[in-house]
Amino acid sequence: MNDKGSYQPLTYFQLMEVSLRELLVEKGVLTQAQVEEAVEDMRNRTPERGARVVARAWVDAEFKKRLLADGPGACESLGIDVPKLRLVVVENTPQVHNAIVCTLCSCYPRMLLGIPPDWYKSRNYRSRMVREPRAVLAEFGLSIPQEVQIRVHDSTADMRYMVLPMRPAGTQGWSEERLASIVERDSMIGVAVPKA
Amino acid sequence: MQPQFITSYATSVPAKFAVGERVRVRKTAPLGHIRTPFYIRGHTGTIERLCGSFPNPEELAQMRDGLPAQPLYRVRFRQKDVWPDYRGSDDDVLEIEIFQHWLEKA
Amino acid sequence: MIERGHHDMGGLPAGRVERTEHDYADWERRVDAMAVLLNSRITVDERRRSIESLAPEQYDAMAYYERWVIALGQTLIQRGIITTEELGRKMEEVCSRSS
Repeated sequence: MNDKGSYQPLTYFQLMEVSLRELLVEKGVLTQAQVEEAVEDMRNRTPERGARVVARAWVDAEFKKRLLADGPGACESLGIDVPKLRLVVVENTPQVHNAIVCTLCSCYPRMLLGIPPDWYKSRNYRSRMVREPRAVLAEFGLSIPQEVQIRVHDSTADMRYMVLPMRPAGTQGWSEERLASIVERDSMIGVAVPKA
Repeated sequence: MQPQFITSYATSVPAKFAVGERVRVRKTAPLGHIRTPFYIRGHTGTIERLCGSFPNPEELAQMRDGLPAQPLYRVRFRQKDVWPDYRGSDDDVLEIEIFQHWLEKA
Repeated sequence: MIERGHHDMGGLPAGRVERTEHDYADWERRVDAMAVLLNSRITVDERRRSIESLAPEQYDAMAYYERWVIALGQTLIQRGIITTEELGRKMEEVCSRSS
């Protein structure tokens, strides 16, 4: 470390990552290959996986029933692996709009949807979403009528949540693939809705 | 009551609350790692479902095994009961996972 | 107020949500990967407790994976998988390579 406390070209945190990783590999706790494989696995977990689940639920009533009762089992039946994920799927209806937050940290169904966006982990989202969800949703461009109940889910423990958005009008006869293409990550968090 | 997730741990505490039952979150501020958010303590809600039984995160955080596993519930609260100045719909709710030992019969 | 953890922020006043997203850097993805791989030895609860112990100014000033990498290091030491001495020597070694 030089006099100014700089670790150029690495920041303190990058230095920490390298150092911890090398120590763990030297001690045989991990291998470099395992780390690279785990990084790759996580890269492959994208919201498209959730979109496939949503699209299937839109076209197949039995699948939807299963999804709401047994989230992980339903995902696995589509060949989507979700190791150890205690997935609870909450359904939007004309009467109910769901939204997900983790006020205490950043709990998110990572094994299904991948790494959450920065804003989901931000102070402002975590603080305000439980207290003034309608105002926060309005900031996201989503206006929920007063007659619709808003349910905010704070993932404080072992469950992880995904919103099953409503299928928008104007999508009759669409293929599953086309339906999945309009399901974006934010609609599965509950801060957006799919548009045809 | 059938739990959402069936788990199997060496020891577990029996679930004592039923769906629909009114429960109050204990209002206390102990030390250590806690997963019952500050904002909900002291408030009363309704058991929405039994998630299952899981090791106590308060103990896991201290490098202990967290057993016996504790029943975890989703509890539903009306927003207007929690925030005096809530401006949304009267029907809006919060649903939070809370461990049994933080709940008492309301 | 010590009774309420700095991380326990639900319901507190805050500003507009800035919808920032960034494509995670390789080092951040490796921190994430190591945490997942070490899950059987170090629980997420231990890591969370470590993050919650950060001073409020540190918690606010640090980015998400910066907090995670510190928590990873602290919990590895706590569990005796590495020691402070080993970490210090490794960091010196890495630094001398970089300069």
